[in-house]
Amino acid sequence: MSATTTKPPLLSRRRTGSLGWHLGALAILAVILYPVVWVIGASFKPSKDIINSLRLFPSHPILSNFKGLADGIADISIWTFFQNSLFYAVGAVVGVLVSCSLTAYAFARIRFAGRNLLFSLMIGTLLLPYHVLLIPQYVMFQKLGWINTYAPLLIGKYLATEAFFVFLMVQFMRNLPRELDEAARLDGCGHFRIYWSIVLPLCRPALITSAIFTFINAWNDFMGPLIYLNEPGKYTVSLGLMMFRDSDGVAANYGGMIAMSLVALLPVLLFFLAFQRYLIDGMATSGLKG
Amino acid sequence: MGPAVTLVEDSLPTARKTRSAAPATRGRRPGRRRENLAGYLFMSPWIAGFLLLTAGPMIASLYFAFTDYNLFNTPKWVGFDNFTTMFDDPRWQRSVEVTAKYVVIGTPLKLLLALGVAMLLAQSRRGQAFYRAAFYAPSLIGASVSVGFVWRSLFSDDAIVDRTQSFFGWHVGGWVGNADWVLYCLVALTVWQFGAPMVIFLAGLKQVPRELYEAAEMDGAGPLRRFWNITLPMISPVLFFNVLLETIHSFQIFGSAYVVSNGTCGPADATLVYTCYLYQQGFQNARMGFAAAMAWMLLLAVALVTAVLFWSQKKWVYYEEDAR
Repeated sequence: MSATTTKPPLLSRRRTGSLGWHLGALAILAVILYPVVWVIGASFKPSKDIINSLRLFPSHPILSNFKGLADGIADISIWTFFQNSLFYAVGAVVGVLVSCSLTAYAFARIRFAGRNLLFSLMIGTLLLPYHVLLIPQYVMFQKLGWINTYAPLLIGKYLATEAFFVFLMVQFMRNLPRELDEAARLDGCGHFRIYWSIVLPLCRPALITSAIFTFINAWNDFMGPLIYLNEPGKYTVSLGLMMFRDSDGVAANYGGMIAMSLVALLPVLLFFLAFQRYLIDGMATSGLKG
Repeated sequence: MGPAVTLVEDSLPTARKTRSAAPATRGRRPGRRRENLAGYLFMSPWIAGFLLLTAGPMIASLYFAFTDYNLFNTPKWVGFDNFTTMFDDPRWQRSVEVTAKYVVIGTPLKLLLALGVAMLLAQSRRGQAFYRAAFYAPSLIGASVSVGFVWRSLFSDDAIVDRTQSFFGWHVGGWVGNADWVLYCLVALTVWQFGAPMVIFLAGLKQVPRELYEAAEMDGAGPLRRFWNITLPMISPVLFFNVLLETIHSFQIFGSAYVVSNGTCGPADATLVYTCYLYQQGFQNARMGFAAAMAWMLLLAVALVTAVLFWSQKKWVYYEEDAR
């Protein structure tokens, strides 16, 4: 961290203030991180100790929870769920990057009739509860024979329905100097060339932010797969996790369930560690005008 | 530094709009048709998505709301039957009550914590980036099934929350199995994800000019006064944005209620949030018409709350642009 560069003057009042500040922040940190640390420790505990033992980490850590995962759930390999989730998440990322950036370019850089009206509509969809669309979309996809495929989950991503990312990219593109376009235009570039060779490369931060958020949202998505996928071989990790419960809703293999929960969280946590700047800055600017 | 919502108006590029409206430039814009064409070509995925996946379904959903439809029959027009059945349905009333409680308790708690922690972090730049990142992490994983399971475990009988509570002599057992307490387990889960609004608050706090505080301090204003008269008005656009988004978002809670209650939305319907009931009616009982009617009631509720917030905005949200 580069935080050490700005040191406050060493007044003793400030120093105790700073100590209190760190103590406060650390106390919140402990509560916030507890569930995450807990799940790491619990995945190394035998099933019977997971809930009752207050020790965060077992004195005799076991690996059998993880080894058990290799057998899969109900004859389906864990790897299948991961492949499915990966397919969904990567498919979503590609769709969002292409469709949202094209739409954002039009809003930010092309002056066409009706643009302001369409922009207001786009912002309006940000506030629209998804559930109003749920029933008719299901009916439509059912008629199309798309139930139990990934098409209903992915099509929206390719048609720029993720208004939040369109908005994020519009914000970013607006701040790019307009002279670039004008110079390119004098050189005879059309809109597609400007979009592809000038605007997109400069929008990298916004694209990365959108890509990671999309990946994480798809990875965590529960309702979509729950509604559209009904064959265990097609389940994503989220649905696969739910299979740890038997028909009474009790987890027979509690240790396995907790170990799988941890494994399912890992991709998201790794993405977060690698790209937290992009995520947080993207989040912060969404609330402010760039 | 207005929030996103003011951008709806701001986004109309006023400077350029007036320029293009000027008669001098209007005549010589040979590329105008080409620009329109290019605009709509670039927009075509969004337009297709808007028509096929948003506008069309909304109209269809409104139609289904007045029909009896189970996905396999032809929808039969029943007028307002779905709505009258719904209002008389004790489980629907229950779902409204549960959701309202969740929104009314969870959202303010989450935002208060977000604002409080943002103000704490804003005080020092040492370690700020680290804490900001760590506090934000739950917002990314909070919606996952994994965290739902973790929550279920932590709030079970004899687990940490139960033991801590019992230690202070207040024994209620596990929250997940207790119809009076289980909703607070969900509230705790949403409050745990205060990082996202916190990041937005923090960005807003950074934009408050230092001089304002210095001037106020010289005039003898205490910390409370400074908060009330400087911080709060200056960040009110960000506050508005957070209140709007978090409220709308928490109306639509589904996954965490489903997972924490193990798919039952119980015990005793204590976690039967609105969307869980909609899911049960639509996808488990195949009452598509009824579920569509429910969805429209949700839309109306969200629209009403949004309208009230926007209306109230005039009274308490301060935009610097207005003052100039």
